[in-house]
Amino acid sequence: MSAFSPSIASDDAPTSASQDKGVLAPNPVAGIDQTRGDFTYDVEYEYDAGVGLSEATVRYISQVKKEAPWLLDFRLKALKKFESMPLPTHWATKDLENIHFDKIRYYLAQGQKPKRTWDEVPDDIKETFERLGIPEQERKFLAGVEAQFDSEAAYSNIKSIVAKQGVIFVNSTEGLREHPELFRKFFGKVIPTGDNKFAALNSAVFSGGSFIYVPPGVKVAQPLQAYFRINAENFGQFERTLIIADEGAEVDYMEGCTAPKFSTSTLHSAVVELVALKGAKIRYITVQNWANNVFNLVTKRGLAHEEAEIKWIDCNIGSRLTMKYPGVILRGRKARGEVISIALANDGQHQDTGAKMVHAADETTSNIISKSISVGQGRATYRGLVQMGKGLKGCKNNTECDALLINTNSRTDTYPAITVRGDKHATQHEASVSKVSEELIFYMQQRGLTEAQAMSLSVNGFINDLASQFPMEYSVELKRLIDLEMEGSVG
Amino acid sequence: MPLPDLENPHLAKHSVSTRAAGSEPHIDTEPELPEWWLAAKQAAWERFNELPLPTRLDERWRFSKLSGLALDSYALTREERAAQTMSQRAHHPMEEEAHETPYQCPTLPPFERAATLCFHGQTLVHGVELPEELAERGVIFEPLTEALATHGDFLRDYFHKYPTELGSEKFTALNTALTNTGAILYVPAGVEIAEPFLVEHSVEGEHAAAFPHTLVILGERAKATLVEHFTSDTEAPQLVSAVSDLHAAAGAQLTYIGVQDWSPAALALHSSAIAVERDARVLSINLHLGGAQVRHESHSRLLAPGAHSDMCSLSIAHGHQEFDQRTLQTHAAPNTSSDLLYKNALLGHAHTIFSGLIVVEPDAQKTNAYQSNRNLFLSPDAHADSLPGLEIEANDVRCTHGSTSYRIDPEQLYYLLSRGIPPAAANEMLVFGFFEEVLNKLNDTHPALRDALSTFTQQKFKATQSA
Repeated sequence: MSAFSPSIASDDAPTSASQDKGVLAPNPVAGIDQTRGDFTYDVEYEYDAGVGLSEATVRYISQVKKEAPWLLDFRLKALKKFESMPLPTHWATKDLENIHFDKIRYYLAQGQKPKRTWDEVPDDIKETFERLGIPEQERKFLAGVEAQFDSEAAYSNIKSIVAKQGVIFVNSTEGLREHPELFRKFFGKVIPTGDNKFAALNSAVFSGGSFIYVPPGVKVAQPLQAYFRINAENFGQFERTLIIADEGAEVDYMEGCTAPKFSTSTLHSAVVELVALKGAKIRYITVQNWANNVFNLVTKRGLAHEEAEIKWIDCNIGSRLTMKYPGVILRGRKARGEVISIALANDGQHQDTGAKMVHAADETTSNIISKSISVGQGRATYRGLVQMGKGLKGCKNNTECDALLINTNSRTDTYPAITVRGDKHATQHEASVSKVSEELIFYMQQRGLTEAQAMSLSVNGFINDLASQFPMEYSVELKRLIDLEMEGSVG
Repeated sequence: MPLPDLENPHLAKHSVSTRAAGSEPHIDTEPELPEWWLAAKQAAWERFNELPLPTRLDERWRFSKLSGLALDSYALTREERAAQTMSQRAHHPMEEEAHETPYQCPTLPPFERAATLCFHGQTLVHGVELPEELAERGVIFEPLTEALATHGDFLRDYFHKYPTELGSEKFTALNTALTNTGAILYVPAGVEIAEPFLVEHSVEGEHAAAFPHTLVILGERAKATLVEHFTSDTEAPQLVSAVSDLHAAAGAQLTYIGVQDWSPAALALHSSAIAVERDARVLSINLHLGGAQVRHESHSRLLAPGAHSDMCSLSIAHGHQEFDQRTLQTHAAPNTSSDLLYKNALLGHAHTIFSGLIVVEPDAQKTNAYQSNRNLFLSPDAHADSLPGLEIEANDVRCTHGSTSYRIDPEQLYYLLSRGIPPAAANEMLVFGFFEEVLNKLNDTHPALRDALSTFTQQKFKATQSA
């Protein structure tokens, strides 16, 4: 499937945003796949909150969305919070200082209501998603799709068979309007506004994202998918996703994203909250392939009740800087959390990813497996947090972080923090850093493979056990993508 | 930095003539402290006053109890500092009285040693002199102030040559400003000494503050062992800011043991910088037994190919103790290796923090680094934070780390019980087994010292059990 297939530039293609704007550092290796999303259309925006952030921006967004007063209050409080919080540069990279909050456009939309059929979607936007292969995937294997274009969903649809089971799959604006009780009950409960500066920013200006509710016992057989597209320059995308799996329900959610490569930086700062009630299972799959001018600063956290299971499968390939630590709060007995993370950092990229596991009930278990690959001058960082509270028993955590360094100037870091209170738990953390074995490469070359092929094969072997956890279509493409990224990287 | 040239008559004269005097007071005049030293102290005092106390925003102090760092109750005023300088000038080391029999330290089990220096507060109360033969070969083992007076120019290059970079800058500045106790051990090139040197520090009196500063310099291919034992004469609050800097020149082999057994109410901060040159090996073992809040920073620098640093720690944390250990393994050259093993046994409401970082600099290819933190929980109320970190900027490396937290394995316990061993004894056996891994590092080179330390830690552990 095509979320990754390299595009062949056709004659009628719109202009490549990066062609003559000199973008960031040239990235010959990563360039191959990233041209895939690297195109833009001149879209007439009906709604535009202008450049910069102020109370007026927030009021404008709330007004065009015709929001209830409580939500405007919520947004304004969040804005104050955002303004009062410092950038977390005492532990995070100073690159954050290169985000110019006053030069970003916080809300751009063509319309307020997503279309239910692709035919209704305006041509230029439809064309965008056609090129990204979204409608095709929908027909093939998805239970529902939401396609967000800048601030709002252009298209949102769920297969009728799934809708009949009582599954709600709409964008966050519709969710707020049509299911206010349900939305408000869970909204902001897993990730409070003041959780971090970027969560506060999202809370102030959020727009778009999915709202999903799966009724008790309903197991959604095919995944629901959201696709996030940034089209405009100097833009900030702030989607807000809330997924609730009621008792015994099961759902898979996949998200993909691309943006054209502008010479200015783009900000993507999402908040994703998951709630798995008793015995429910949520699997959240992300394949992040933003252009490498995007600051991708995302807060993702799930709340797992008794015997529930939340699994984050997180793959980061694009962006300039990603800071993302999907977490699970294990609140109910025997709840289970898992994070599977693959990060690939190429020249000019910093993938600062990881996981958080907060054990807040007895016999909760968590597992974190992280594999990162640093190519060229890329930097991959694992940052983790595992907490086991006082007075609990039988909590277990296993963490494994493996880093592969391809070039002599590649960089990797590991910063785990493990807090254990009491003698009734078990944690283990292991990390290793290595390079592709020369003997392995030599053996394959001697069998007739080129050095690049041998390298690709080795790297694919490194992530193979994780890649197989992705849905079929994704894992095949992931391998292809790694092949492409590895090309020319040997040496 | 070149090590001192023993052909240099000036230095040789000092090291030989002071020692050749035998049992006589070997310093005829008051030690004349070098100007640069006094200036450095003044500058450090200013730096101490300028630097802020650590805050929550300082990642290097993450999880530490910052409220415990208030220094007010120790009355560190300029006046007191002046008084200290006075007394430091007034005291005459080793003059007190001549002991005929080797002096035994009050708490460490006996082991054979090359020489001993024993400080009560800032006063040298006792010393077992360096054997004449070693003195003649140029070995220096002297109290800090005395060594500064006689070998100041040579030592100058080694003071804070490689400061630890782990967050305690304010406290090491305090140490520099106020230090007047501690030992200098210098072993010239090619001299190998099997028996350990012992430095004993006992801090005396309620609310006393002590600033021991120990400097160990091994010349090329030299071999030596230093044991530092830190105790108090009271159970009252005390403040300690200690520095122990170790330098191993090419091919040298240095073993350093720190036995920390401060007053149970003490606030203690200890920084140790370890510089390892080509093909040199340093083994450092720190035992943490005493103190209320203890922070230990250890920073190894592997400076040239073949350098190796073994960093070990063993803590028995009980009551409401907080042991805060921060480490850094900096691989600054290719083909270097380091191995770190920090083990904590946690009892009562104790809190341990281990924060370690392996840094592989861009050109340090073929680095082999390991880092391991093991927390053994013996109490439901204990609390451990573990932050094992890596920062790797070279690709041809082997770097791994592991951190585990667990309790006594019920199956191992069951096995011992089924063999008729009473539960208490079985538990103890398993805990002692946990300790052995660290102490066994001394098996080959210092079996007697190993046994002494083993006995000592076991006694300490038993004391926490009966308390």
